[in-house]
Amino acid sequence: MSRKPKLTYFNGRGRMESVRWLLAAAGVEFEEEFLETREQYQKLIKDGALLFQQVPMVEIDGMKMVQTRAILNYIAWKHNLYGKDVKERALIDMYVEATMDLNEIIMHHPLQPPEAKAKHLATIIEKATTRYFPVYEKALKDHGQDFLVGNRFSRADVQLLETILMAEECKPDILSKFPVLQAFKARISNIPTIKKFLQPGSQRKPPLDVKLLPKVLSIFNIGNE
Amino acid sequence: MAGKPKLYYFNGRGKTESIRWLLAAAGVEFEEEFLETREQYEKLLQDGYLLFQQVPLVEIDRMKMVQTRAILSYIAAKYNLYGKDLKERAMIDMYVEGTTDLMGLIIVCPFLSAENKEKQHAVIIQKATNRYFPVYEKVLRDHGQDILVGNQFSWADVHLLEAILMVEEKKSSVLSEFPLLQAFKARISDIPTVKKFLEPGSQKKPVPDDEYTETVKRVLQMNF
Repeated sequence: MSRKPKLTYFNGRGRMESVRWLLAAAGVEFEEEFLETREQYQKLIKDGALLFQQVPMVEIDGMKMVQTRAILNYIAWKHNLYGKDVKERALIDMYVEATMDLNEIIMHHPLQPPEAKAKHLATIIEKATTRYFPVYEKALKDHGQDFLVGNRFSRADVQLLETILMAEECKPDILSKFPVLQAFKARISNIPTIKKFLQPGSQRKPPLDVKLLPKVLSIFNIGNE
Repeated sequence: MAGKPKLYYFNGRGKTESIRWLLAAAGVEFEEEFLETREQYEKLLQDGYLLFQQVPLVEIDRMKMVQTRAILSYIAAKYNLYGKDLKERAMIDMYVEGTTDLMGLIIVCPFLSAENKEKQHAVIIQKATNRYFPVYEKVLRDHGQDILVGNQFSWADVHLLEAILMVEEKKSSVLSEFPLLQAFKARISDIPTVKKFLEPGSQKKPVPDDEYTETVKRVLQMNF
């Protein structure tokens, strides 16, 4: 029996959250090892477990995979969430690269100094509502299908839902001008594997508690690397 | 007959250089339209060419592709530079993400203040010699082959050569402790399509200069 994938990261969302989402959506059970001390992290490096000295790291199918996109690509391929041909894959890639760009901005919000926070939040909302969400709203409206690409559930749907929920944490009514995305959100949230992931007690992580930020940064010695 | 791929970007490296490298390595001729004015950019926006309002844009196989990685993945798969199976693809993806991170440190340089440029310079050399090059040196040493993944030239090899040359522009002796990377560099540079791209007159772009930086800032209305 093949072992469950094992995720190594700190006990929070960061760059690993997209991986958790995708595995959960694919109905794949996984284990997690949480980094809590700098010593743990340094031991992993010393043992050669982290190819570029970084996490996320996912042990899967005999590989110690690093680099978020490489990990997501592998999982998507393996579990048939990457479209049926090269053209669908190209479209999925364009869509997920954009959701990852938006995630990146949202992810950096807790790291903003207090005086920059309000402006940064305004940037998140502006980008979400003028650059990104209109694209997905239009794509869904134009083809009238349930899923973003190829009339079939794919990683693009998972990653968009993840991004929508994170954006709503920044501004609860951020989808107010996007009725098709509202319906999409409800529909994808209702897919059994995703519904389960959205319930309390799942491995989905809450937003970062800002009080814990210094501790997280100290594990990786951010700023002194 | 399908037209040649057409690249829309500034007349300089930026995020598009990796695309130029990959197309060239694959022996694919391509056209370029250079953004020089804000009006050009606004027209592309108005005409709905730029899915997320950004360049690079590559017209290829009747698609208007945006997002650098999406474009590179498509080209790699199309021209058999993405390994022979899923496991090789996973390795290629990991290696390419590493060189993307390394080159990402360099791509931002033109837009930094003089003081920050110097700091960034040190970071680039430090990361290249401590984090990235040792990994690729070890990969080559461990399997003793000429290329990074499997037994076939791939996107990972092209991308690594591009990264090596970019770091050498910052510090010409940066490969001094990496004999296998030196040999790799010589070997990959000698592949006919790559050799051609490295010759004067090719579509390879030079180190960014002030004109490039000013053009980008003007077209994208970046305020620094």
